[in-house]
Amino acid sequence: MFRTALRNVLAHKARLLMTVLAVMLGVAFVSGTLVFTSTISDAFQRSSQKGFDNVDVAIQPKSSDSGAPGAATMLDQKLLDAAARVPGAASATGTVSGFTAIADKNGKLIGNGFSTRGANYFPGSDGKDARYPLRDGVAPKGPQEFALDAHTADKAGYKAGDTVRISVDGPVREQKLTGVFTTDDGTVAAGGSLALFDTATAQKLFATPGAFSEIDVKAAPGASQSALKAAVDKVLPKDGAAATTGKELADEQAKAIAESMDGMKTGLLAFAGIALFVGIFIITNTFTMLVAQRTKELALLRAVGASRRQVTRSVLSEAFLVGAVAAVTGLAAGIGIGAGLRALMGTIGATVPDGPLVIAPSTIAVSLAVGIVVTVLAAWLPGRRAAKIPPVAAMNSVHATATTKSLVVRNTIGALVAGAGTAAVVVATGMNDAEALMSGGAAVLLIGVFILTPLLSRPLIALAAPVLRAFGISGKLARQNAVRNPRRTAATASALMVGLTLITGMTVIAGSVQKGIDKMATDALKADYVVSMASRSPLSPDVAKKLSGLDEVTAVSPLRNSPSRIGTGPDATPEYLTGVNGKDFGKLTRLDFTQGSLGDLRGGRAVVDDATAKRHGWSAGAHVPVTYADGKKGTLTVSGVYQGNEMIHGIILDNGTLAPHQRQITDMQVMVKTKGGATDAAKDSLVKALGKNPAISVSDKKDVSDGIAQMFSLMLNMLYGLLAMAVIVAVLGVINTLAMSVFERQQEIGMLRAIGLDRRGIKRMVRLESLVISLFGGVLGVGLGVFFGWAAGELIGGSLPTYELVLPWGRLGLFLGLAAVVGVLAALWPARRAAKLNMLAAIKSE
Amino acid sequence: MTTTHSGVSTATRATAVAARATDLTKVYGQGETQVVALDAVSVDFRQARFTAIMGPSGSGKSTLMHCMAGLDSISGGSARIGDIELTGLKDKKLTQLRRDKIGFVFQAFNLLPTLTALENITLPMDIAGRKPDRAWLDRVVETVGLGGRLKHRPSQLSGGQQQRVAVARALASRPEIIFADEPTGNLDSRSGAEVLGFLRNSVRELGQTVVMVTHDPVAASYADRVIFLADGRIVDDMPDPTADMVLERMLRFSGGAPRTPGFDAKGRTS
Repeated sequence: MFRTALRNVLAHKARLLMTVLAVMLGVAFVSGTLVFTSTISDAFQRSSQKGFDNVDVAIQPKSSDSGAPGAATMLDQKLLDAAARVPGAASATGTVSGFTAIADKNGKLIGNGFSTRGANYFPGSDGKDARYPLRDGVAPKGPQEFALDAHTADKAGYKAGDTVRISVDGPVREQKLTGVFTTDDGTVAAGGSLALFDTATAQKLFATPGAFSEIDVKAAPGASQSALKAAVDKVLPKDGAAATTGKELADEQAKAIAESMDGMKTGLLAFAGIALFVGIFIITNTFTMLVAQRTKELALLRAVGASRRQVTRSVLSEAFLVGAVAAVTGLAAGIGIGAGLRALMGTIGATVPDGPLVIAPSTIAVSLAVGIVVTVLAAWLPGRRAAKIPPVAAMNSVHATATTKSLVVRNTIGALVAGAGTAAVVVATGMNDAEALMSGGAAVLLIGVFILTPLLSRPLIALAAPVLRAFGISGKLARQNAVRNPRRTAATASALMVGLTLITGMTVIAGSVQKGIDKMATDALKADYVVSMASRSPLSPDVAKKLSGLDEVTAVSPLRNSPSRIGTGPDATPEYLTGVNGKDFGKLTRLDFTQGSLGDLRGGRAVVDDATAKRHGWSAGAHVPVTYADGKKGTLTVSGVYQGNEMIHGIILDNGTLAPHQRQITDMQVMVKTKGGATDAAKDSLVKALGKNPAISVSDKKDVSDGIAQMFSLMLNMLYGLLAMAVIVAVLGVINTLAMSVFERQQEIGMLRAIGLDRRGIKRMVRLESLVISLFGGVLGVGLGVFFGWAAGELIGGSLPTYELVLPWGRLGLFLGLAAVVGVLAALWPARRAAKLNMLAAIKSE
Repeated sequence: MTTTHSGVSTATRATAVAARATDLTKVYGQGETQVVALDAVSVDFRQARFTAIMGPSGSGKSTLMHCMAGLDSISGGSARIGDIELTGLKDKKLTQLRRDKIGFVFQAFNLLPTLTALENITLPMDIAGRKPDRAWLDRVVETVGLGGRLKHRPSQLSGGQQQRVAVARALASRPEIIFADEPTGNLDSRSGAEVLGFLRNSVRELGQTVVMVTHDPVAASYADRVIFLADGRIVDDMPDPTADMVLERMLRFSGGAPRTPGFDAKGRTS
């Protein structure tokens, strides 16, 4: 039987082509994702491993609740010296690091703001820092000097001796570049920049004088990491710091990298899954048709003694062969995609550490399995149908007409499933935290619609009749051909529907959420400008001070974060306190108070957002015991409860109350109100007052909105790109269906040509059929997508009060247009084939 | 009504000629595999006449019809429908010609299953974008006796009824000439007789011109005239045939043409 299957595959090469392509695309997506993620993750692992070469034991402040008050012991020089002297230690290095922006020669920030770091140059006994071998110049000394990594220096064209504008926490500093060094540092390998200062300067910039953020101890030759760790543990202050071996750190980081890659991998694989799912419709369609065409042949096999199982197996073997071919080519294409993606990331600036292309055996196994299993699974139903062909069908001289099995059962089941799904989704919209119910309901509804699509095809396609009438007989025939085989039309349209449902749903949700967040962020804000670091890292308090000194500024308030513990005794919970300028806060924000009011936010008074208040069971007037960052205790009085939002949330109190308890004062953002509102001139003077600093961004409300919009459109575009795969597979499906239709209707087309329909008319007929089927899928997809978007929005609305449904009509129109384009494009080749059909052969063939 | 083997046609009566072939030649293939399907055939098909074309398989009878009907290209000579010369016509013009001047009846009925009987009948006019002539249409429908079944789809009709729909379709646009290719090949003898009767009536009563390719002597006996082809040439021309005369003539082929020992059993045309 296997030989029969092989012969059949070879005999129907052309017709199986689209199936192979569809499976191939899906498999390529899967294997591309796997190759890409394992390559990147491997490269990162390697580079991070290298970073721990010089670290045998690392001492870090104990990270209990990120700065539990009073517990943060400084890693100071004394500890460093003690660590260097423990038995088995060769040397100890104290490091301190933080954000450092480097301006290029035009004053613009180099890099993206997140991977621009600064650290200390820590000379060893030989006066050199082994981690950072200097290529040119000398090590930095004193507060006015620094060294820069060779990669960044070369990119910006800086040489030792140049004066460079840099910024650590706000104000611009002009530093002398004394040296250029090379490094294996992971950040630099990944395209970031690294600036080095002498230890005293770095400590002042990034921590507090005399403090390190980490002490790395190198083992003497022969000493093991664990023995060294045990020795180091003895000199550590209790509770204040913890020692970890370099191996543990490397493992931890490797795990973190693997985890972060996992998220991305899962996301990409989900889209690959969608593409493969869409492919199933095509495969099923193709095999259904192949079986129908071979009714006589299969019946003959049965007549000469093949069992039902053998017939099914022969169809499945065929599917297996097709799947295997598709999977192997898909795997090859996927490896290409993986390599291409890495190269692409390199060109768009997101430098990834170098490394070989990793093709894990599991990648190969998964890709091949996915391709074959999907194909065989999709061919299973047609295979069963083949087995049901009675042997007597071989004897009928007239080829068996396609059995128009009643759709009644299918429609009943479909209606029930779709009804249940709709009910679940609608019920979920009225509930809180019903994500599971809603996504379950959505999936059920989608399945119900799949089942119902044949039923829906007639009325929906009939709607197009008035338009099609304008195309005369071609339009009429196209419409009738489109509903002639409802199952096939449905499967074809469904393939397109899946992609468009997701695209539409995402668009509706993203648009609505964006509007909601935008509204919330800008409505609550009376300030004209928000000043922050480009990297969202802390600003120096000098910025707020400088701004409040300006003539055109009427109100200024920083937003400061400080850790604290709320409550007393063992029940105390960590909570961030947000310090503001209590005097101006009311002029800069427009908060909705559900209880109490802002009032005079000074002294021990605080306002709390609704979520926090609910969590602690507070209401206006409550007295809250608090332990500040320095360990001192106090009491805050809740004077009001407000509705929190993206920008302003948590426990807010006056800086006058908070500042005395902070060791190091930094601002997250500074809100500014100017005379006469936001104008270009006002913005200019703010920017100028801050020294035209590349690291500081001054944004008005529109910039904030634009920023939010940009974030959303970036996300949407990525989703569109990924979902495009599903649409491409759907196009293959439409091509496939049309090619089948043309093939099956050769005789009719020949007759139409004979009695006078010209080639244009035939082409038009095929194109219109394609258009009708595609638009049918498009309308279903967009409709379902809007419904899902609405439903998901109802759920989101619970946590985002400003949420409102936004229907992007332009986009929705565009999607329908896209469906139409899909139809027209997919019809190109089948229409040409139909028009070129040999008329005589077509009429004569029975 | 007159055929000359030498190719000299009776031009004097050209006005009454619906279609004419002059030295019509059709060659398939090239070099060694070259087959001459029609060898300088000259024949006139006069208006309001029912002509049957007969011959053993491979004689070129279907090729002659296909060439005359503008379905196949012509290698040499000339084929005319009315005043229009077919040689040199581009596909577009040929299509138009078939649409406006020619009606077809096929062996396999070739109806569109998605259309009702009436829609199938008016299909050529729909393609041309013309309104059917109501009175004529009624008369045609009445002639073929389909009155009660116009709303049916082909799958709901018997073979004979389907072929009558096909005949009505060929008649509906009042073409200059109707070509019927083995119209009774897929029908039982009773249905076949009905269809042939309608074809003859359409000639007698409606003044249509019909050319029919057949292998069946009984079918040929419905015609006013039978021409016989063998090896791409016209070998005989028989006016007012009877079934016996045709059968007797055909039997003579069996011995005379060793390459084509007889008519293939299923009546497939070459």
